[in-house]
Amino acid sequence: MNQLMMKTVLNKAIMKIEKEQDVVPFRNRVKEFATKIGMSLVNQTKLITAASELVRNMLKYANGGSVVIEIISGERDNGIRLTFDDKGPGIKDIALALKDGFSTGKSLGIGLPGAKRLVSEFDIKSVVGKGTVVTIIKWKNG
Amino acid sequence: MDRIPILKMGQFLLVTIQIDLYDRLAVNLESDLVQMVSKTGARGVLIDISALTIVDSFMGRILGNIGSMSKIMDAETVVVGMQPAVAITLIELGLELQGVSTALNVEKGMLFLQERIGNQNEPADDEDGTE
Repeated sequence: MNQLMMKTVLNKAIMKIEKEQDVVPFRNRVKEFATKIGMSLVNQTKLITAASELVRNMLKYANGGSVVIEIISGERDNGIRLTFDDKGPGIKDIALALKDGFSTGKSLGIGLPGAKRLVSEFDIKSVVGKGTVVTIIKWKNG
Repeated sequence: MDRIPILKMGQFLLVTIQIDLYDRLAVNLESDLVQMVSKTGARGVLIDISALTIVDSFMGRILGNIGSMSKIMDAETVVVGMQPAVAITLIELGLELQGVSTALNVEKGMLFLQERIGNQNEPADDEDGTE
């Protein structure tokens, strides 16, 4: 069992992401959750920016998917966990996808590695032809 | 379709982004601005992003594009009012906004543009002018 999954969930919401207009309401929802646990503005901004990168990837490569937003309680701190789940083509080479400057699309190739740098914990699982699940956690003071 | 208004002030174009943009809106702004630079012969573009709570790689790329496109059209671009949390996040994300000039606020951004362009025929606000 993945370590990122074994946390007590205090609050939870699920959002469907089907079109680009869903991105802003989604970001607002994440902000709402982060504000609720008293996350600092800088950490909120980092979390929401990472979320924005991941949700954009989901729309671009997998035509959308769903995101679970959770408030979780860790050992020392509360945090926000986001789970991005899509049924897209999957990622063949995750190590390569996490490298700065790599992109199969026409983007800058900083979305995935950048998102990873912005959060406290980052996990990605992908099966080619089945889909991708990205889980991130940002601790309140992390 | 929503649009971000572009104001013409003397030889400058002013854009204040007051909402978090979804992608289509940002792409429209990019093409509208370049069209406006061409139509009005504007020499400077000032983009106020003080109301933006996040700038992700997409938005960063749009800002960079606007800067490069305007440059080709002989106009300077300055991005003003970035929130500190946004600046911290951008650098950690790995986006350095190269090729885009920035200023702390609208006033400093205007001064920057005026200095760059040589303040040819800008009658407004000439107390700080460099004639």
